[in-house]
Amino acid sequence: MTVASPNDFQDSLQPQGWLRYFSFSLDHKVIGIQYLVTGFLFYFIGGALAGVIRAELASPISDFVSRETYNEVLTLHGTVMIFLWIVPVVNGGFGNYLIPFYVGARDMAFPRLNAVAFWMIPPAGILLIGSYFITGAAQSGWTAYPPLSLTTPALGQVVWIVSVLLLGGSSIFGGINFIATVLKLRRPGLKLMQLPMYCWAMLGTSILVVLSTPVLAGTLLLLSFDIVAHTGFFNPALGGNVVVYQHLFWFYSHPAVYIMVLPAFGLVSEILPIHSRKPLFGYTTMVYSILAIVVLGLVVWAHHMFTSGTPPWMRLFFTIATSFIAVPTGIKFFNWLATLWGGKLALNSAMLFSCAFIVNFVFGGITGVALAQVPFDIHVHDTYFVVGHFHYIVYGGTVFVIFASIYHWYPKFTGRMLNEDLGRLHFLLTFVGFNLCFAPQHWLGLNGMPRRVAEYDPSFTTLNQISSVGALLMAISSLPFLYNVLVSAFKGQVAGDNPWNALTPEWLTSSPPPVENWIGAAPLVEHPYGYGVDEDALSVEAATGRDLWSGTGRR
Amino acid sequence: MTSLATSTSATEAVTAEPHEGHADLRLFGLATFLVADGMTFAGFFAAYLTFRAVNPLPAGSTYELELLLPSINTMLLLVSSYTFHRSGRNLLLGQMGPCRAWLLLTAGLGAAFLAGQMVEYFTLPFGLTDNLFASTFYALTGFHGLHVTLGVICILLVWFQTRQGGRVTSAAPFGLEAAELYWHFVDGIWVVLYGILYLL
Repeated sequence: MTVASPNDFQDSLQPQGWLRYFSFSLDHKVIGIQYLVTGFLFYFIGGALAGVIRAELASPISDFVSRETYNEVLTLHGTVMIFLWIVPVVNGGFGNYLIPFYVGARDMAFPRLNAVAFWMIPPAGILLIGSYFITGAAQSGWTAYPPLSLTTPALGQVVWIVSVLLLGGSSIFGGINFIATVLKLRRPGLKLMQLPMYCWAMLGTSILVVLSTPVLAGTLLLLSFDIVAHTGFFNPALGGNVVVYQHLFWFYSHPAVYIMVLPAFGLVSEILPIHSRKPLFGYTTMVYSILAIVVLGLVVWAHHMFTSGTPPWMRLFFTIATSFIAVPTGIKFFNWLATLWGGKLALNSAMLFSCAFIVNFVFGGITGVALAQVPFDIHVHDTYFVVGHFHYIVYGGTVFVIFASIYHWYPKFTGRMLNEDLGRLHFLLTFVGFNLCFAPQHWLGLNGMPRRVAEYDPSFTTLNQISSVGALLMAISSLPFLYNVLVSAFKGQVAGDNPWNALTPEWLTSSPPPVENWIGAAPLVEHPYGYGVDEDALSVEAATGRDLWSGTGRR
Repeated sequence: MTSLATSTSATEAVTAEPHEGHADLRLFGLATFLVADGMTFAGFFAAYLTFRAVNPLPAGSTYELELLLPSINTMLLLVSSYTFHRSGRNLLLGQMGPCRAWLLLTAGLGAAFLAGQMVEYFTLPFGLTDNLFASTFYALTGFHGLHVTLGVICILLVWFQTRQGGRVTSAAPFGLEAAELYWHFVDGIWVVLYGILYLL
């Protein structure tokens, strides 16, 4: 197939070549790349901020930056990494690029809304980063808990609220678009239970986005009233209630963890079958476990608040509900292991990152179940144990999948392969650096080192220094990656349309794909995971009309 | 792509193959957005009910709300949902005259609601920052009032678009249907708000 779009009306309206990535393009693939590149820019900014934190914590005294700066840096680090890197990249980036292919559409349901959603992100990011240089950034952490957020400098906090409201709005618009696209835009003949798993993950994620993000928006509006108009919603001095803020905040921010992780589950479900040449194991159970995580994810938020004076019945309910989430999550992990089991594994960079994701996330999941238990949580609440757990989920989980996905889909994005040797070097440095950085933080937390401090007891020095060395390795690991993605775009080996011999729809067109995805009609892919299936058996199925794969995980 | 197709019909006419369109999903998208918007209100309601349950007001600061004006306002909004419905039915039947008259009446009822709320704001014995109840009262009714204001503006826009040669016709009713869906949503929210804020 050649790249050509003879009849495309966008040709005459939109800038061509690299310029279109700086335009208000309505093409879902351009918007997807815009999300990805913007996200990576903020990843490096957020990473530099993390570098400042680890440099400060390399010694027990506060000597690298001032304490106010340290607070600003940790607030910006959390906000940038969550709202400007993970959420936009795994949802907006890969979602926009892949979902229309997977449902057999030429674009998203609402292309204009899609572009609007993306273009809300750069101003929000500029506001947030700019606040550091102009007004002084917010200092109350990414949670912005009152009364801390009411007593720290007001201007930075208000800019932070405006920025997060913009990003939340962008996220809601994206969610509406994904729900409409997956449910309503499937090509004729394509059934819901034939969709690649990432569609289900994005459907579940988008339901969470639409149900929970508005609550955060409303809460931040009330918080801004407290700051600007001196109302007392969350101000105890004026008769307000800080715990209500925490409830409303976590009603969004716990589902936000699934908003960051479910798409990664979906992406890894695409990558593993292709590189192990086996059908995705347990498709149906995968779908139902995603839906179970969506439902349970909405009723577990108060496990973040076990030390906020929550009554015993509430602790009991939220401990049990949280522990239940381990069941659907565990089902997914066993399904992935069963997908790998006996497969013809290609241990390339995409696969290495995906397998490391399984290892890291299981560890983060185990500490998560531990944290759900009230007696344990009270012991380690607000310590580095929580920091370690969280980064195992979000970095070891989602960021590893983002890298796996870049190695996997880069040939589709650019038409060229990434260099495998550099990819493996990147993986090795990231994997060692990541574990070196975050594993010691569990020990620190168990021994009582609180989070969000610039100074600590000198007995914690060695573990903190190990952690800082790990962070340095992670910083170094981005060099081969950056070199690889920048140089391979021009000098990489030409990929061809389908370098992985994959069956999912995005590989059944040219690389990079034409503007409206396919020349001619979209293909009907009923078996996106039909790897390793005997050709004879397929013809038997066609002749007899019997489903030979019922119960084998292949639909 | 529906929105694109309308703006580029000239370009499309000269191309050899027409593009396949898809069903109009805009109302579906709006309904999804209204679910999100409803969750914002749900968050506010949850905050209000919790404040009420666990945060006693300081002595001597419990304010009774007048019931007469908000009850009239509730009736106004409920009637306006009916008038909007009549307008929508007239549009689908192609009766543009009655359709536009019912639209104007709906906008008038919305404006009357807003006027009533203004009167209430100016006659209430407490201000925004007096206490937790006062703040929550103004935040809830204000956020809803913002929605009503936006709705009235939308209705007037749709009224303008239903003129002779306008873009809202019985064959292309989306503008009116969207405004109607939004208006019923705002009315429904008010009924809940009236229930928990004034009656409870």
